[in-house]
Amino acid sequence: MGWAIALHGGAGDIPVSLAAERRQPREAALRHCLKVGVDALKARKSPLDVVELVVRELENNPHYNAGRGSVLTREGTIEMEASIMDGNTKRCGAVSGLTTVVNPISLARLVMEKTPHIYLAFDGAERFAREQGIETVDSSHFITQENIERLKQAKEANRVQIDYTQPIQKDEKKETPTADGDSQIGTVGCVAVDSHGNLASATSTGGLVNKMVGRIGDTPIIGAGTYANNFCAVSATGKGEAIMRGTVARDVAALMEFKGLSLKEAAAYVVEECVPRGNVGLVAVSAKGEVTMAYNTTGMFRACATEDGYSEIAIWPSVQN
Amino acid sequence: MGGWAIAVHGGAGVDPNLPPHRQEEAKKLLTRCLNLGISALRSNHSAIDVVELVVRELETDPLFNSGRGSALTANGTVEMEASIMDGKGRRCGAVSGLTTVKNPVSLARLVMDKSPHSYLAFSGAEDFARQQGVELVENEYFITEENVGMLKLAKEANTIVFDYRIPAVGSETCSAVAESPLQMNGLPISVYAPETVGCVVVDNQGRCAAATSTGGLMNKMNGRIGDSPLIGAGTYACNLCGVSCTGEGEAIIRGTLAREVAAVMEYKGLSLQEAVDFVIKERLDEGFAGLIAVSNKGDVACGFNTTGMFRGCATEDGFMEVGIWE
Repeated sequence: MGWAIALHGGAGDIPVSLAAERRQPREAALRHCLKVGVDALKARKSPLDVVELVVRELENNPHYNAGRGSVLTREGTIEMEASIMDGNTKRCGAVSGLTTVVNPISLARLVMEKTPHIYLAFDGAERFAREQGIETVDSSHFITQENIERLKQAKEANRVQIDYTQPIQKDEKKETPTADGDSQIGTVGCVAVDSHGNLASATSTGGLVNKMVGRIGDTPIIGAGTYANNFCAVSATGKGEAIMRGTVARDVAALMEFKGLSLKEAAAYVVEECVPRGNVGLVAVSAKGEVTMAYNTTGMFRACATEDGYSEIAIWPSVQN
Repeated sequence: MGGWAIAVHGGAGVDPNLPPHRQEEAKKLLTRCLNLGISALRSNHSAIDVVELVVRELETDPLFNSGRGSALTANGTVEMEASIMDGKGRRCGAVSGLTTVKNPVSLARLVMDKSPHSYLAFSGAEDFARQQGVELVENEYFITEENVGMLKLAKEANTIVFDYRIPAVGSETCSAVAESPLQMNGLPISVYAPETVGCVVVDNQGRCAAATSTGGLMNKMNGRIGDSPLIGAGTYACNLCGVSCTGEGEAIIRGTLAREVAAVMEYKGLSLQEAVDFVIKERLDEGFAGLIAVSNKGDVACGFNTTGMFRGCATEDGFMEVGIWE
């Protein structure tokens, strides 16, 4: 039994042909964030502190869809959301609809620690951020040129699709279109366990490209995008609507608790049986210091390390599988 | 395989000193809503249609805390939320932060049926409501005289129990509050009640559905989201069962309470009543809540660890019960 950590930067249809200039900075960020987390665990920081710290780093990195680099709503605005949960106490905090908070995950932690509530959203959450004196910036800070382009492409794809289907059938209710291979993904998350079996999980996102204003996904929802108890900690990513109805993060823990599955078995079951192919990825650690990273998409930006020296940074399935 | 079954609730955590005439009013409303659901089920309406219909009725009546009669935020406004889930295909819709939508549960249904998303909140949800042409009213419509008075009481109580639940690490918080009996969500129960509404239904084809709607917590911060709109917390339905929860929102979220009932049936093979008892006993930690549930076999169950829950249930074989206390 030792510490373990896993983090992700989103799962989805990541083309294996992903250009090096898009792949490399993301890999570098995974490596950097993993090191930040491992160093913190070695310095005996609590898992709750570690997951917050790592997710903050990921939020600050513009190559992932959280904090700076968040994707845009239909209106070209950003609306970020995040949640955090402590395994032993099951205390948790969540936020949605943030437009100026530099690190949504830290506001989620403050909701958990400084309010009688678990979940604050939109104006009320922004007001709470200001009361707490947490760092805020103009919304334009979060918007990258790349995401302006993505929104444009998503809107065009949407229009084309509707034009194409209109004369024939009412088939326009397909999933929100993907503008390019990696545009929908990039939610970030981290799970950690220390050598005493304390667990924590955190997830943060800008949501879906071209999402409706006000849309809430799985990320801030305890039991869907984020969950931790005294068995395991889980952070999920992918199509929010599918993850929500699959209560993905809670189900990994429920399968361990109620069916006696191992962490790996539970994660594999959820990914294979509970959510349609192409929709979900997750990272999880158990109280025993096990780690698993499962997905049913083409790939998932992911990294993990355990106390016994194992470490992995990957995007697509590893060759031996 | 049983026939249809239905259960409704109007919140858990009832003031034991609630005047008898208020108790009668509550029972009358629950009975009326139950009968509405029963006749819809007899006319072969689907489970999802019935839960929406019944919750609309509960929202429209000012008695319980949803739609008209919603609890007020610290600013004296109303921010309503609701969710609905169809066990068949586990489709779901949820809304939060509504201020003008007359029937939040119907907007949740539209999010499920007409949007690419599952959950819309605040101004985006209001925009969607306008696009869909659902009935809108002024915020004042939802505010009752009684709740204005309650907010005042809650604010007074809050000056005493301020920050009651900040888990100040390593210290016993607010011992005075912990000792005072009968609090819900940190409020004296006389101020707290009434609460959230919900309905669960299994139709005679074995399809389950659940819906929950609320004004939230009296004196809540603007922007606070509770358990009611959260799939797996306040509301859940799958092919096994439908569940709607009520009570201390934060305990319900932490316990993923509604999903928990389904999960122990699915993964542990418990019956509906066993699952409900297990969840109420083992999953609430120190929290207080109640729930209603139906199974695809036509069973109905309810459970709570609060002082009472406004509830009613009925099954196709003629069983019908409306109650408040144990």
